[in-house]
Amino acid sequence: METRATRVRHALIVVWLLAMIAFVYLPSVAITLASLTSSRYFTFPVPRWGLDWWQKTLSSIEIHQILETSILIAAVVTVIAVVLAFFGALAFARYDWKGRSVFQKIVLLPIFFPQSVLGLALLLWFNALGLQLSWHTAVFAHLVWIVPVVTLVIAIQVYSFDPALEEAAYDLGATRFQVLREVTIPVLMPGIFSGSLFAFLLSWGNFPLSLFTTGADTTVPEYLYAKMVAGYTPGVPVLGTIATIAAIVILIGGYLVMLALNRRRRAV
Amino acid sequence: MSVRSDAAVAATTGGERRIRLSTGFRVALPVIIFLLVGFAAPLLAVIGFSFMPPRTFGFAGQPTLENYITIFESTSYISLLWSLGLALATVVILILISYPVAYGLVRVFGRWSTLVTLLFVIPLFVSENVRLYGWVLFLIKNGVLLGTLKTYFGVEPESILFTTGAILLGMVYVYLPYMLFPLTLGISMVPNDAREAATDLGASRWQVFREVELPLSMPGLVIGCLLTFVLAVGAIAEYKVLGGQQVIPITHDIEIAFTYAQNWPLGAALAVLLMLIVGVLVMIALRRFDLDRFLGRR
Repeated sequence: METRATRVRHALIVVWLLAMIAFVYLPSVAITLASLTSSRYFTFPVPRWGLDWWQKTLSSIEIHQILETSILIAAVVTVIAVVLAFFGALAFARYDWKGRSVFQKIVLLPIFFPQSVLGLALLLWFNALGLQLSWHTAVFAHLVWIVPVVTLVIAIQVYSFDPALEEAAYDLGATRFQVLREVTIPVLMPGIFSGSLFAFLLSWGNFPLSLFTTGADTTVPEYLYAKMVAGYTPGVPVLGTIATIAAIVILIGGYLVMLALNRRRRAV
Repeated sequence: MSVRSDAAVAATTGGERRIRLSTGFRVALPVIIFLLVGFAAPLLAVIGFSFMPPRTFGFAGQPTLENYITIFESTSYISLLWSLGLALATVVILILISYPVAYGLVRVFGRWSTLVTLLFVIPLFVSENVRLYGWVLFLIKNGVLLGTLKTYFGVEPESILFTTGAILLGMVYVYLPYMLFPLTLGISMVPNDAREAATDLGASRWQVFREVELPLSMPGLVIGCLLTFVLAVGAIAEYKVLGGQQVIPITHDIEIAFTYAQNWPLGAALAVLLMLIVGVLVMIALRRFDLDRFLGRR
C-alpha cells in the first residue's frame, strides 16, 4: 500500500538522512583537508597542497611512541574485557538466577556515568592505593567503562542463543569445559568478535579516562588535546586523520571478517 | 526468542533449578568483583574525600562539611545550571533530529540499514576531541565554511566559533549516536501490525504516531534521553574546544579543583553533587525497566 503521501514522506526521510551523514562527516573532511596543506597555518581554500606535514609526523619518534602506547593499551584492554564480558554476558542473558535483574542494572551503571568524573574518581582511588600512574592504570580505567559496554554487546548475541544446544552436548557426555569450547564459544563467536572490535576502538579513541589515569605515558587523544590547547600545529590534523583512518580500516575489516564468519556458519 | 526460556525452566526439576541459580551467579562473579574494585570503590573514595579538610591529600584528616559549605557559598551553582541547561537542550535537539533517521533505519532503508548504521558507528571510535577540532577548522575565520563564503560568494559573516551555539552544536554532534541507536531499538519494538491496524481503523498519520508508535517505542526514547543527558552533563571537551571560555561547565570547576587549585576535597564534593543528580535520574528511569524485552528483541 504505497500511497503518494508515503512516498513523499520516505523521500524526505532519505534527504534528511543524507544531510545527517554530511553533518557527521563534515569535521573529518575539514581535518583531512587541513592535513594536506603544506603551509604553517590552515586557510581555506588551501593555497598550497602537499604531504610535508604527513612526512614530518610519520618520521617523528615521539609520535611513534604515542601510537605504540595507544595500541598497547587498546590491545590489553580488548583481551581482558572480552574474557570478563563473555562470562558477564552469560550471567546477563543466558542464566535465570536470583540476582539477575540487579546484576543487569549494576552493569549499566558505569555506562550511564559521566566519564570525566569517573576518570577523576579513579585518579583518587589509585592515589589512595598508592599506585604509580602509568599505562597500566589507564588499562584498568578503560576497562571500568569498556567491560560493561562489551558485556551488553555480547549479551545481545546471547539472547538469541538456544540453551538446548548446551544441554544436548551435556547429554552426549561432554564435560563443562568441552561444552564451553565446542558449543558455547563457537555459537557466540559473532558477538565475541564485535565485542572485541568495540573494546579495541573505544579504548583507542578514549580521552576523558586517559586524561586522568595515564601518568607519564601519553595516548593519541591526549597528545592531540595537549597540542590543540597549546595552539595550532599542522601535526594535529595529520595525526587526527591517521586516527580516523585507522578506526575506519579496523571497523570495515572487522565487518568483512564478520560477513565471512556468518557465511561459514550458514554453510555448516 | 527470549533465552530465559521460561518453558525450559518450568520443565526442569527443583534440584536442577538450584544448580542454575548458582551457575548464573558464578559466571557473574568476575564482573561483579571487577566493578566493586573499579567502580564502587572509587566512588566511595570520592565520597570519603569530599568530607576531608580542604587542601589535604589523604584520608587522615578529621571529617568535615567545610567543602559543601564552600560550594553553597560560591558561584558554582551557575556552572551547574549551565551544564544541566545545555544538556537538556542537547537532548531535545537530538530527539528531533534523530527520530526521522531512526524511523528510516527501521522502516524505510531496508537492506541499506546495515551500511547506514555503520556510517553512524564509525565516528564513535574517533576520539571526540579530534572530531570537535574538525569543527574548529570548519567554522574558524578563513576556515572551510567562512573561507568558501569569502572566496566564492564575497560574504564575510561572523564565525559562530567560541559561542554557546558552538558548544551546543558540538554536544549534539558528539552524542548523536547515543540517541540514535536506542531510539532505533525502541522503534523496532513497534509491531507493524499495530500500525496497520490503527490505520485500517481510520487513524490519521499523526494519530498513529501519537497513540501507537510513540508509546510503544518509549523504552528506547527513555534510554536514549537518559544516556545523552548523562553524557552531556559530564561533557568538558565541547566547552573547551568549541566554546572558548564563554561558558564554564561544572566539570570544568571540578577539574580546576583537582589540578590548578590543588584542592581535591573540594573537587570531590562537587563531583559528589553531580553524581547525586545523575544517580537519582538513572535510578528513577531504570527502576522499572525490562532490559530483557528491550535487548532481547532482534
